[in-house]
Amino acid sequence: MEPILTKYVREPNSFTLDFYLQHEGYDALKLALTKKPDEIIEMVKASGLRGRGGAGFPTGMKWQFVDKKSSPRYIACNADESEPGTFKDHLLMERNPHLLIEGCAIGCYAIGAKVAYIYIRGEFFHVQQILEKAIDEAYARGFLGKNIQGSGFDCDVYIHRGAGAYEAGEETALLESLEGKRAQPRNKPPFPAVVGLYDKPTAVNNVETLCNVPLIVAKGPAWYSALGPEKNGGPKLYCISGHVKRPGVYEASMHITLRELIEGHAGGVRDGHTLKAVIPGGSSVPILLPDQLDTQASFDGIQKAGSLLGSAAIVVLDETTCMVWLAENLLHFYRHESCGKCTPCREGTDWLHQILRRIERGEGQMKDLDLLQSVADNIAGKTLCAFGDAAATPVLTTLKHFRHEYEAHVNEGRCTLPATWRARQPVGTTH
Amino acid sequence: MSFHPKMAYGATFHKSSRQLEDEGPSFAYTPENRARFDALVLRYPPDRRRSAVLPALYLAQYQQGYITANAIRHVAELLGITRADVEDVVSFYTMFYTRPVGKFVLQVCRTLSCAVNGAECVTEALVDKIGIKPGETDPTGTFTLLEVECLGACDRAPVVMVNDAWHECQRPEDVSTLVDDLKARGEGALSGCYHVVEGKR
Repeated sequence: MEPILTKYVREPNSFTLDFYLQHEGYDALKLALTKKPDEIIEMVKASGLRGRGGAGFPTGMKWQFVDKKSSPRYIACNADESEPGTFKDHLLMERNPHLLIEGCAIGCYAIGAKVAYIYIRGEFFHVQQILEKAIDEAYARGFLGKNIQGSGFDCDVYIHRGAGAYEAGEETALLESLEGKRAQPRNKPPFPAVVGLYDKPTAVNNVETLCNVPLIVAKGPAWYSALGPEKNGGPKLYCISGHVKRPGVYEASMHITLRELIEGHAGGVRDGHTLKAVIPGGSSVPILLPDQLDTQASFDGIQKAGSLLGSAAIVVLDETTCMVWLAENLLHFYRHESCGKCTPCREGTDWLHQILRRIERGEGQMKDLDLLQSVADNIAGKTLCAFGDAAATPVLTTLKHFRHEYEAHVNEGRCTLPATWRARQPVGTTH
Repeated sequence: MSFHPKMAYGATFHKSSRQLEDEGPSFAYTPENRARFDALVLRYPPDRRRSAVLPALYLAQYQQGYITANAIRHVAELLGITRADVEDVVSFYTMFYTRPVGKFVLQVCRTLSCAVNGAECVTEALVDKIGIKPGETDPTGTFTLLEVECLGACDRAPVVMVNDAWHECQRPEDVSTLVDDLKARGEGALSGCYHVVEGKR
């Protein structure tokens, strides 16, 4: 499939409004404004667009659930891209910011909102500057603000900068953060579509999701859904990183397999090495093994293989990767990022990290393996948001597929796979 | 997020032993920052000024280098919320510093994709070169070294964020050059984000 979302990202001026307008930019917004809002929602529903942030929930349904009796309503664009391995929204916002702005405006029109907040992670300051400039350009040319293109529709788009919290990517935690509080999740239901930002109906959508909306409006739902397998339509951005020759963002139809992505687009595992494992959807999903490479990289395909597409962050690991080290690395992340609201996650991630560090340093005992399993089982499914399941996953999946590596650490009293790319000394916990 | 560091694990902890931020010198926004504050507060509904707490704290941090109790008080007064509300936020988000930091805050991404490409070795090389451990600032106040979680540029690993700017594909063997370059040329020594660099060409 020819790239659509990222077609022009290598052009020098792709982020400017002039460039965007020369390439059919904002045509979809103009077209959308001639239709009724409900028609737009129907189009998005018919297209089968599924949320690109991780859960894969149908966007059209999400918009339909937005309570139209209550106002004002809001769009909150989730640009807090922080799932380890994910960097697709980063690319879109930097090189194609007007596509996101157009998506926000159409989304607002569809659900009857007048304001969209783009919640961008604090570390993306350079991206934010580009996006801010693009928003200013859009206001100056009448694509945002009052009476857009003479249609009578008003829409404001504001950027809200986060300050370093992975949990702010969870939709209700994002809303809390937007309200000026700690990024901690809310109890659900009610879902944001009914009680969201400032207790008003809110649609929380990922950047890539909103970037797909102008395509659907411009070219029609049938064209869109035909781009991919059934229920997995449209173009998809894949982030490939780790031990590959050409890491990067690759756009493809979801017909593509993991093998085509890793061995084709990303050039395969670096020379002289062999594939050991693949994390197909960000650090929160179960590992797939080399014999599963022919899995279709779609929401449903990856799920059938026993994992999740998540944010389509494919981390490729070669034979030099110690799986106990990997679990320790990821649990350091989850321990640090746990928001502290739910006890199983707040305490459990710290316990898991301590046990993993002990085993990795060769100080573990065989009974620690059962303890790991038990603690992880007591986090998963026992928290307000999906973070708990995400944090338990690296432990459970490595124990399932690589238990022998854990046992070797215990038996030999050391890490059995000390790769050259790791620190000379075991890395301590710094914060 | 920084829940755990506040909770002194392994030691006796009682809420009365909670560390409050330094009082610091007296604080008020400069007229320029006050104007910026007044403009950004308009992005939120009039009865929801609290929403502006993160941008307001960024303004304070850019003005003074770090967040003090006086800065917290100033922000709280302007937003019409309590000092505790603001402190709650400051202590949660990792990008707010409650102690003075160096001129260059070196933040090495330590999460999986960067780590498998040598981020741990980058940190070690920085420790050797500057002579400080992660979390510390050198005596001259030039460098602060931090290890941070995934920065979202896994295709250009390992990534180092220096203040708000990015430096990509940092090899451990080139760390020494980077440190010297930073001292000599400031942020001009950084590679920047490659998308931005290509866009300017």
